[in-house]
Amino acid sequence: MENTLAGIKLFGSWASSYTHRVQLVLKLKGLDFEYVEEELTNKSPSLLLYNPVYKKVPVLLHLDRPIVESVIILQYIDETWTDRPIMPADPYERALARFWCYFADDKLGPAVGAVFGSAGEDQKAAVAQVHENLKLVETELREGAFKGRRFFGGDAIGILDIVLGCGSYWLAVFDEVMEVKLVDPEAFPLFHAWLREFEEQEEVKEIIPAIDRLLEYARGIRQMMLGLKDASTTPATTAATTTTTTDNSSVVVESAGSV
Amino acid sequence: MAAVGGEEVKLLGAWPSPFVMRPRIALNLKGVGYEFLEEVFGVKSELLLKSNPVYKKIPVLIHAGKPICESMIIVQYIDEVWAAKGSAILPADPYDRALHRFWAVYIDDKWFPSLSGISRAQTEEAKAEAVEQVFAGLKLLEEAFEKCSKGKGFFGGDTIGYLDIALGCYLGWLKVTEKMTGIKFLDEEKTPLLVGWGERFCADDAVKGVMPETNKLMEFFKVLQAKFKAASAK
Repeated sequence: MENTLAGIKLFGSWASSYTHRVQLVLKLKGLDFEYVEEELTNKSPSLLLYNPVYKKVPVLLHLDRPIVESVIILQYIDETWTDRPIMPADPYERALARFWCYFADDKLGPAVGAVFGSAGEDQKAAVAQVHENLKLVETELREGAFKGRRFFGGDAIGILDIVLGCGSYWLAVFDEVMEVKLVDPEAFPLFHAWLREFEEQEEVKEIIPAIDRLLEYARGIRQMMLGLKDASTTPATTAATTTTTTDNSSVVVESAGSV
Repeated sequence: MAAVGGEEVKLLGAWPSPFVMRPRIALNLKGVGYEFLEEVFGVKSELLLKSNPVYKKIPVLIHAGKPICESMIIVQYIDEVWAAKGSAILPADPYDRALHRFWAVYIDDKWFPSLSGISRAQTEEAKAEAVEQVFAGLKLLEEAFEKCSKGKGFFGGDTIGYLDIALGCYLGWLKVTEKMTGIKFLDEEKTPLLVGWGERFCADDAVKGVMPETNKLMEFFKVLQAKFKAASAK
């Protein structure tokens, strides 16, 4: 079988939604691969060698050549192993999928990360930003490009489902850890319904870590960040503190979907 | 202007924008005619707001009434719709495609922001750091050129490709920055391959008509800077 000779190695991190994207598509395509867990606070020489520019996970190694940036990796996999495609066939649909994947990482992801990295009034503003972004997606589901679809990809999950879905589980985690309401089923009924359908998929259930693990992870980092906030004197220094003092905060922000 | 199947192609844009240049080059490579709708600087048209409600930015390609946004996404769309015309923009091999895509992301994410950061720098220190980052980036891109071009004239090989378009559109602004700072960024000694490539790119038929003259860009840039200064003085 071609799959066992695929020669794929994936460097990732268990809590990284970007890593989950790649793991999910490899699973959907039935591809075997070797997985290397990276400690993001102690990155391996291999990771730094294969991704010198960004030094981030995930990194896909195929035929000894590294491919980086999750959406680029997804497209590489889709173009190399063409069974069970994740990109639509029609050029306009492809442009739409690419656009919303871009939006997910350019706007929605960082907005969600900002909620995690803030408190008080700043957090309220960050939550409002997430809602604004979710509203845009909800509109497309209700009356726009994705009207009437079960998944963004149609009847089966496609690249946009994978990109949006792997990361959206943080919304429920953050809602619980920080007592915010990021995904209100009343305000975003279609997005909420889509997310539930996505998370019910067998392959997705096998990839996304148990919610308890995610909760524990998020709580730990949030506590540490808040501890740092108390130690700082002005709001202006808080932002600097959370990003420079420890890698962990940037780890969660990275995991949560910030660029 | 009619294209495949007689469907209209329109492009919303503005002449100084490097992002707008990208789909224009792609359409030229494919020999596809289009109507260029120039946005008035500082005022977003109804059509723009309707076609790109998420970002409200140019360029927007409108093909058969349907809008496509984000410059490099538009370039891929053009490559796929008019695959039978002109030369291929993205390479055929998946790994080469990944390389082109990666460097295009790097250029937009990291390299161009450091270039535009030079003029926005508030301190000499910040300016020097931005300059260093631009040079460091060019060094990486020189290596990328060697890898992607495989001895040919462009990142895309014999013809202009995805990565050529991604980087080449910034050449006008690079020249403006060189004039303003007196620093030679594209230097024969440091990045000889990119120097040769830059000249070939600007001279190409698909690029010539849409690459703004450096002097015109300089004038425009001075107007922008004055507005920026006035706004921050308030």
